[in-house]
Amino acid sequence: MQQKDVLPMKPEPAEKRAATAAPLNITGSEAVIRSLIAEGVETIFGYPGGAIMPIYDALYDFQDKVHHILVRHEQGATHAAQGYARTSGKTGVVFATSGPGATNLVTGLADAYMDSTPMVCITGQVAAHLLGTDAFQETDVIGITMPITKWNIQVTRPEDIPGAIAKAFYIAGSGRPGPVLVDITRNAQVAKFDFEYKKCDYIRSYRPVPEMDPEAVKEAAALINSAKRPYIFCGHGVLLAGAEKELITLAEKAGIPIASTLLGLSAVPVDHPMYVGYLGMHGNYAPNIMTNECDVLIAVGMRFDDRITGDVSQFVKQAKVIHIEIDAAEINKIIKADVAVHADAKTALTALIKLVEPAKHDEWLKGFREADKKEEEKVSQKELYPAEGGLKMAEVVRMISERTEGKAVLVTDVGQHQMIASRYYRFKDPNTNITSGGMGTMGFALPAAMGAKVGTPEKEVVAVIGDGCFQMTLQELGTIYQSEIGVKIVILNNNFLGMVRQWQQLFFDKRYSSTEMINPDFVQIAKGFFVPGRKVTDRADIVAAVDEMISHKGAYLLEVVVEKEDNVFPMVPSGQPIANIRLE
Amino acid sequence: MQKEYTITVYTEDRIGITNRITVIFTRRGINITSLTTAETEIPGVYKFIITVISEKEKLVKIVGQIERLIEIHRAFVHEEDEVVYQELALYKISTKALQNGNIELLIRENNARILTLTDEYFVLEKTGHQQELIDLQAKLAPYGLIEYSKSGRVAIVKWSRRFHDHLKELETRRPDNLKQAQYSEHTEVSAEEESI
Repeated sequence: MQQKDVLPMKPEPAEKRAATAAPLNITGSEAVIRSLIAEGVETIFGYPGGAIMPIYDALYDFQDKVHHILVRHEQGATHAAQGYARTSGKTGVVFATSGPGATNLVTGLADAYMDSTPMVCITGQVAAHLLGTDAFQETDVIGITMPITKWNIQVTRPEDIPGAIAKAFYIAGSGRPGPVLVDITRNAQVAKFDFEYKKCDYIRSYRPVPEMDPEAVKEAAALINSAKRPYIFCGHGVLLAGAEKELITLAEKAGIPIASTLLGLSAVPVDHPMYVGYLGMHGNYAPNIMTNECDVLIAVGMRFDDRITGDVSQFVKQAKVIHIEIDAAEINKIIKADVAVHADAKTALTALIKLVEPAKHDEWLKGFREADKKEEEKVSQKELYPAEGGLKMAEVVRMISERTEGKAVLVTDVGQHQMIASRYYRFKDPNTNITSGGMGTMGFALPAAMGAKVGTPEKEVVAVIGDGCFQMTLQELGTIYQSEIGVKIVILNNNFLGMVRQWQQLFFDKRYSSTEMINPDFVQIAKGFFVPGRKVTDRADIVAAVDEMISHKGAYLLEVVVEKEDNVFPMVPSGQPIANIRLE
Repeated sequence: MQKEYTITVYTEDRIGITNRITVIFTRRGINITSLTTAETEIPGVYKFIITVISEKEKLVKIVGQIERLIEIHRAFVHEEDEVVYQELALYKISTKALQNGNIELLIRENNARILTLTDEYFVLEKTGHQQELIDLQAKLAPYGLIEYSKSGRVAIVKWSRRFHDHLKELETRRPDNLKQAQYSEHTEVSAEEESI
């Protein structure tokens, strides 16, 4: 490294220095690592292999600056990066090799794309002159991941590496966040060039920050001010914009009840007086049915997933819809917006708060509480306080909720346990709900919990996982042991693929086709990975077991054997109007 | 209602951009009936002209999803009366047909022209709307049409402003310039006009 003649008076921060110092003549691989450091990356989840070896070799010299976590499968790296991104707010970074390493990223990329999670995946690729020749471990990862990434790029020359990585981070983290993939051919990794890093903050064809139309905000405020039964849907966009406080202020000022989508959970504390519950197919009863009672719906940072709308033709027909959304393509995609505010949630809500008049809608809110009683009586009481019979998932989740005071990061997998955990965990702090929403990726929770813990080491991270899901990615126990990641793992074991079995029972005449599982001894498996654990089958042992798990320093696995053939209610049968919600 | 629409997409010059655009139609099971692309008057900016038979409502959503792509400037759906368009066809015909008096009339009536002539065949060129080109093909068939090749559509949007102006506007939207950007500047222009 060349020294300048005159040293600056004050030493500049490392990142700034990296951006301004005289060019270094280094390999593309070293440029990758230096670029990541310039972007503030401290953690990488990855798995080496032939085509990415030069980059791993360069990483060897920077171990003091960048912590690489060796996962046990590339899919695990992607979910870990997702968990990391969603708790820390930073962009998750993944390394994988070409061919199978790259194709193993596909599920995680698709998941991150659906759930708007910022992630940068860097894959090795065969040398440029071998591209398209079916070389060993060559795969067209750009083609494969095109529809499931926010952006991707193949780099074949070392001098293009810094620019590509700068763009990747800018795109992944700005606007509606999403995953980006940078594929770097082997020759670009080994060749030398003059490295210079400049962060990207502008791409002329990309407008991540919409210019909010003040007229639209005025129209929205007018609608809210004249509403008798206004209703807020809180989506993931609220968390992504960090607009939780603004949302709550708006709700308090204008007396508007808030319901949450699956990914919006934890934006509003469950015990907040304006919070009325969780929407969707297996959400709470009141927020679902009241959707068709409101006169103004304010949808914030959400995309009207079919798990929320049911039959669209009978969804919220009576109300005016205000849609606050950063992604223009989501506006009018499913539900026609009477007023569309194309902006990020924070900007829009801040402007809206000033224009809405203080109001109370006590009767309207009371309607929710009354409807709640029906759910309490028909569902929740039986789930939370069963007098007899096998253990219920709900009572276990509620116990974890109580023992962590609702402050843990709850990471859930996909299926019955996910819906139950989302229903009964009493979230207190934002960004403490990590789950696979849009994709519904089984196997998500264990690796995502690792990433969540690395992203927020000060927090308790509890992964609630079904027996089926756990067996999709359980090899990550190896990562948890090796990298000493103190996650708490709760397996709610019903020896069934529970949600599919539930549908078979209700809609397929109890023909349980391939849903029963003959499971291994999960505690023994954990022991094999040097993760201590315990199995509980009796109600009487639950409190002690949960306490033991939480007080244990480091990773711990708790297997709870629950009722075999339980169903999750309420339930809106797929494709039906939400009015058809079933309580039993 | 199913109808023919013209879609225009302004893109950056980037490998794979065609894939990125077409895959969005593929996902919704919409067949692209023609696709033409070339560099615009601005170096580095490409225009795609796509024709499809579909419903406007669906296409508006597709165009939104295309615009979401990073390297896309803008994308629009146009009704037939919003664009001036042409297509081009080449017809390879056996030279023997020249000896038939009617072909001259056909060439004159269609404003077609002969591009090349050999002992065996000659090549006719005609520009026009799709149906006119197909009609001429049908009329030429009896003369021994050897090969027929038709281009996709090229189109000019009637209400378009200069794309340069749009790019200049984009420059003002750099993060550091955003604060100074005045809303009033844009509010006078209708949504459609603002687009290009």
